Amino acid sequence: MIRALGWVLRRDLLLAFRRRGDVVNALVFFVIVVSLFPLGVGPEASQLRNMAPGVLWVAALLACMLSLARLYAPDHQDGTLEQMLLAGEPLVVLVMGKVISHWLMSGLPLVLIAPLLGLQFDLPGDALAVLCVSLLIGTPVLSLIGAVGAALTLGVRGSGVLVALLVLPLYVPVLIFGAGSVGAVASGTGAEAHLMLLGGFLALSLVLAPWASAAALRIAME
Amino acid sequence: MLEARQLECTRGDRCLFTDLSFKLGRGQMLRVAGANGSGKTSLLRIMCGLVSPSAGELRWQGRPIRDEREEYSRNLVFIGHLNALKDDLTALENLQCAAALSGKPADVGRMLAALERFGVAHCAELPAKVLSQGQRRRVALARLALAPAAPLWILDEPFSALDVGAVVELELLLAAHLASDGMVVLTTHQEVQVVAHAILRVDLDLHTAALRAA
Amino acid sequence: MSKSGRFSWFYFSSPQSFYPLAGTLQPWFAALAVILCAVGLYISFFVAPTDAQQGESYRIIFIHVPAAWMSMFLYLVMGFWSGVGLVFNTRLSSMVATALAPTGALFTFIALWTGALWGKPTWGTWWVWDARLTSELILLFLYIGFMALQAAIDDQRRADKAGAVLALVGVINVPIIYFSVKWWSTLHQGASVSMTGAPTMAKTMLLGMLIMALGFWMYSIAATLARVRCVILERERHTDWVAAEIGAQT
Repeated sequence: MIRALGWVLRRDLLLAFRRRGDVVNALVFFVIVVSLFPLGVGPEASQLRNMAPGVLWVAALLACMLSLARLYAPDHQDGTLEQMLLAGEPLVVLVMGKVISHWLMSGLPLVLIAPLLGLQFDLPGDALAVLCVSLLIGTPVLSLIGAVGAALTLGVRGSGVLVALLVLPLYVPVLIFGAGSVGAVASGTGAEAHLMLLGGFLALSLVLAPWASAAALRIAME
Repeated sequence: MLEARQLECTRGDRCLFTDLSFKLGRGQMLRVAGANGSGKTSLLRIMCGLVSPSAGELRWQGRPIRDEREEYSRNLVFIGHLNALKDDLTALENLQCAAALSGKPADVGRMLAALERFGVAHCAELPAKVLSQGQRRRVALARLALAPAAPLWILDEPFSALDVGAVVELELLLAAHLASDGMVVLTTHQEVQVVAHAILRVDLDLHTAALRAA
Repeated sequence: MSKSGRFSWFYFSSPQSFYPLAGTLQPWFAALAVILCAVGLYISFFVAPTDAQQGESYRIIFIHVPAAWMSMFLYLVMGFWSGVGLVFNTRLSSMVATALAPTGALFTFIALWTGALWGKPTWGTWWVWDARLTSELILLFLYIGFMALQAAIDDQRRADKAGAVLALVGVINVPIIYFSVKWWSTLHQGASVSMTGAPTMAKTMLLGMLIMALGFWMYSIAATLARVRCVILERERHTDWVAAEIGAQT
């Protein structure tokens, strides 16, 4: 089982490496969206500092959601997804492999570049650290929940907009506690509670989302 | 042994076939015939366990396949309409991934030999996107040469896009598989010359015709 | 029909036998809904006392609160039938789930609208990011997502199953979203305003609210039954009994 997960991971990472452009594009999208906000609301430092956690998290949500189109759809088109369903390994394991590689390609880069963007918004050091930690715990949840949405909308017409409609409302708790943790540091109350809850969401979605996604994939292939 | 009991398949409002029963034993080949849109591909997908029939059931070694999906899948090689090749991977990498995912990792020598059988060994290091239709089909079929251990082969139009030489090679491979007690299910529009002691035939046109009469 | 109760459950789980049953029950529930709503509205507008702080405008909570209750309750019911449909592969349960969604969305919308109407005289603005209003808004998105997903999938069987998975994921998420939003709103604005109105609710107020809730409940059942009948006819249109049914009516 672990071997099968390893193979899916290896294959998807190799494919992502051959198509580096897609990964870079999602990252550039994130940077652009975040950079547009000061242009929209004005360059006043204190206001930007207040907005920064929300802006960064919303942009992360959108970037993650956009990259969901790459999770199953290409495999669905060329028939490799069909073969995965017939792999003789539990589908949940293979789904897990795909979700991990999706996070490594879409979530992790956001975590790494977020401090840089936080500096643009004049976030202090401790807030930057909490921002990174919250993204580190929160973005895997986005990939996990997103995998359910991507599987449900597989091969459906207008799936790009539909997946946003399905997934974004489910992202609300992650957004609240992700952005809230940074805000809590700024207001001096400490971010532990927020981060613990984010961790709880991660645990819950780790347990449930791969099953839901696997079930949705089987339904989609019928 | 694979046994179908009163299978029925509906797509949308349309009933494609109903009350379809057959038994496929060791060393036997089943050829599914029927006009376009008669449900050949649907039947094959049902036989793989990808789609559940709207009525009836399939049994593998006497047990319903939906009860032990993974176990059944390990006994099966399915080659569908789509070649299941990733454009960005080389032919060899594609073969390697397919073998690993089906639980039977293969070494490079055996994979090259399999590609060689279908005359595409020289393409082993090329990404699949530069290959022609026929070459892509050959790479997909090379999985068969790699996995003689899986007893049941389910092939959807395996001869499409192949030239004469490859057709002969595939026929030989099928005959060898049947001779070693394997089972083959396939759909095809052309006549197949495979030496086998039993070739069954299911004609889906007849099953829909019976339905219309009823 | 049958001798034992167990058998009759299965008897009515087939669309063909449920269709006439739904037709018989539907007018009764509709009548109950009309009566209960009329009584409830009478109590809310003429019997219940005027609120000392909010004046007459508070009376809108007689619609707002029951609508909010129903909107959340219907989502759970929808999730329940979706789960039943997924596990037991019964077509009728999936049809019920499909039929429930628009009614649930309607109540969510009513709750939002009346919330805004109540907010204007009370808070001085149409919209406040209050915990309840915000979670109602997200609930509306969930309903819309469910309906959009089912509408986008052509294959009926797949639409049922995909919708069911989404509804179940939603049911797990609804409480999480609700408590997240609640925590978020207390964090941001404190407990200065709250929708529950007067601290001690007069008995007549509670009574009016409960009767309204019952009326909405009956309405939901009546509307769902009517919609299920349409869904059954549409999906079974190629069967002989539907042809006979339609032939009998025309």
